[in-house]
Amino acid sequence: MHIFKNTHYNFLRWRWHALVVSWVIIIAGLFVLVTKGIPKGVEFAGGTVVITEFERPTSVQQVRSALDRAFSGGGQNLVVQAYGDPALKQVLVRVPSSGAESGQSLSKTKDAVVAALQKSDVGGFKVVGTEIVGPTVGAELTSKGLWATVLSLIGILAYLAFRFQFSFGVGAVVATVHDLLITLAFLAFFRYDMSLNVIAAILTMTGFSTNDTIVIFDRVRENLRSMRRDSMYDVINASVNQTLGRTVITSGTALLTALALFFFGGEVLHGFAFTMVVGIITGTYSSVFIAAATVSFWRGSAPTRAAAHAPAGIPAPQQAPAPQQPTRKSKAQRKARAS
Amino acid sequence: MANIRWKLVTIIVVLVVFAGVGVYPIVATRYHLPSPGWLQEKQLKLGLDLKGGVNLEMRVQTDDALKLETDQESERLREELTKRSVTFTNLTTPSVSQFRVEGVPPAQDAAFRQAANEVQANFDRSPGANGTYTFNLKPNIASQLRDEAVVQARETIERRINELGVTEPSISQQGTDQLLVQLPGVSDVDRAKSIMGSPGLLELKIVEQGPASTKESLLVGGQVPSGMEIVPGSSGTPGDTANTSYYLVRKVAAVTGRDLRNARPSLDENNQPAVSFTLNNEGGRKFGNVTGDNIGRQLAIILDGRVQSAPRIDGRITTDGRITGSFTNEEVQNLSLILRSGALPAKLDYLSERTIGPSLGADSIRSGVTASFVGLLLIVVFMLVYYRFSGINAVVALTFNLVILLGLMAYIGAVMTLPGIAGFVLTMGIGVDSNVLIFERIKEELEAGHGVRASMNAGFSRVFWTLFDTHIAALISAAFLFNFGTGPIRGFAVTLALGLASNLFTSIFVSKTLFELELSSRGHGAALSI
Repeated sequence: MHIFKNTHYNFLRWRWHALVVSWVIIIAGLFVLVTKGIPKGVEFAGGTVVITEFERPTSVQQVRSALDRAFSGGGQNLVVQAYGDPALKQVLVRVPSSGAESGQSLSKTKDAVVAALQKSDVGGFKVVGTEIVGPTVGAELTSKGLWATVLSLIGILAYLAFRFQFSFGVGAVVATVHDLLITLAFLAFFRYDMSLNVIAAILTMTGFSTNDTIVIFDRVRENLRSMRRDSMYDVINASVNQTLGRTVITSGTALLTALALFFFGGEVLHGFAFTMVVGIITGTYSSVFIAAATVSFWRGSAPTRAAAHAPAGIPAPQQAPAPQQPTRKSKAQRKARAS
Repeated sequence: MANIRWKLVTIIVVLVVFAGVGVYPIVATRYHLPSPGWLQEKQLKLGLDLKGGVNLEMRVQTDDALKLETDQESERLREELTKRSVTFTNLTTPSVSQFRVEGVPPAQDAAFRQAANEVQANFDRSPGANGTYTFNLKPNIASQLRDEAVVQARETIERRINELGVTEPSISQQGTDQLLVQLPGVSDVDRAKSIMGSPGLLELKIVEQGPASTKESLLVGGQVPSGMEIVPGSSGTPGDTANTSYYLVRKVAAVTGRDLRNARPSLDENNQPAVSFTLNNEGGRKFGNVTGDNIGRQLAIILDGRVQSAPRIDGRITTDGRITGSFTNEEVQNLSLILRSGALPAKLDYLSERTIGPSLGADSIRSGVTASFVGLLLIVVFMLVYYRFSGINAVVALTFNLVILLGLMAYIGAVMTLPGIAGFVLTMGIGVDSNVLIFERIKEELEAGHGVRASMNAGFSRVFWTLFDTHIAALISAAFLFNFGTGPIRGFAVTLALGLASNLFTSIFVSKTLFELELSSRGHGAALSI
């Protein structure tokens, strides 16, 4: 079975259009983030989350009015929402950080929520989960999360620059940064809380969004040997077309599992799965339109023969390689490149 | 042929071993099958987010340990100076790591230096104007004290949790002064917190004056007499908790909780709950001396800076004592436990608290397992439809991958968390990509007109380095993820990394062997269903 057979799309012709589309999404996302703020999960913002399970069906409105009376300020700042499977009759209450969640008063807000519900007419309930985060924890996590993302990007850039040529590493990292921004934009559009799980998904995405890029780059490197008279532009276009099938299928299988998580993985993993779904789609798109296009832009449209003399260059021309012969450089050649 | 046979043997041995460690114990538990104890012990552990329990982050206030050292040394200096009749106007402790003596007359400078030499081992002394001397705790000693405080706090909490009877608790240090305590199966977080965080400092001190209803009435000439301190406490009337009384006691304790051998709940003479304690030999000797010398006076029993009771000493007491007060039965139980496990070297500051009820954890497991099966089903159907017979090859490789992943996790004692399950599901979708890349390459080679065996070999060898690169890139991000996260996220990073490693093995070694097996059984020239 084949989904794409001998395609000859001119992908690079669309790179400027793609760039405009990407920028529109990113700027719109940033606009939402700036105007509405980044919705932070309780791990980052601090505060108190109480998840209760009621004996009889209880509406969010009932819970909210029960809490309205108990919290000064009318509880507008409280988040009250149904949680998990409706059959379980669970409600999540989130109270923003009071700034005093530390030491012995850590659970004060939680106790206040429980007391308010007990005093009201919502009936019997039990607390099935709580999460209380003091103000210092969130700040530490934010900086750790940022550092982890940045360092992970640098690590990937360094590895790819070592394994390929520098321009390829740049292409891959530009594409990954692009994926990151697009994902953040979609998280902003759909108002997902920035939680530990979402950060984990973003970090995972930085690793995996390079997969398709590496596949294409590997083919570019291979084709550079046989298409030495063509321009980088043509080599990249040919490579993207040749690998189109596997690019789509590999992303497709990953997407299938991410969708399984999104629809069946439960409440806790919702943000995680959403991030992965967006990340996988934009990762595929960017490996074609951003990563490959960046290399093409970086290297210009001169015939690739010149590239063979680049310091980190392509190994010496081989006679038309026989297919059963490994196309990788022999050990000696690889050593020579490394030195 | 012999080559293939050995490869097959290797694969089967690996599969059996990993299935035995990773999968069988789970199945055995679920269906009550016989399984040896050592194997069950290795069973894949569930994280708190799946099992339910309490997760507490706390900071050890290591300043307390410095303050204790500074207080002790400044008191020793005061004693030395008094002994040598060196006069001074003031002795203060402006910060936790600094104390200052003011107004030493120039004539007594030499004597002062001599006295200071006795105490200053851990402090740097710097002279100032008008006979002022400042003592600063040496930085290396300070950091050593802080480290020790964290270690001691950790050990004390460990003892207390063990006394609570929590199964498989986990306490780990985060950063320089933070502790993460995980208590599976515990739902009463308030009791756990109060037991862990209680300082548990027991001091027995001789009362010089009191009880009095105000602090001021205990002052001599407007000051606390040297070597003494004022401690608040109960009024001494049983049942009266509303009023606070003050006691003037000697600063140096006759005995402390460190001299305890045991503490247990008991009843006092009015049948009220109390805590009886037994001192060890050395504590008993000290206690005997002090009580023998002070018959007729009061002994303050001070717990965490508050006088619980101040009974009259009727005779020499050596090893046994009792703490009475207005305690409930539960308080007495908790107090005995806290005293047995020793005092905390520093106060604890709780930073975050997370409780997951067992029902919430069970929900997560259910949805995680559902997502896993749905994901697996989607992948299997797709691979079989798209690659036909070769799809079976990929599915077998994928199954091996998952079995090895579970086995590895169980073997190294990694913890399965909810994000870990997500990692498990993603491993399926991403692991099978390796097979896709290999198969697509084989297709391409076949279309170029190469033979089946040549195409297969080329498919594997050409794709190997691509796979290597993609796996390394993913491992780099998994490593940073591990470094960044705690608890559940670490579980995810570990699952991801192990899944990547086992995927390289299954997608290349296992998958290729299966192809070779198929080709050798059908002879040359047969077409490949791909």
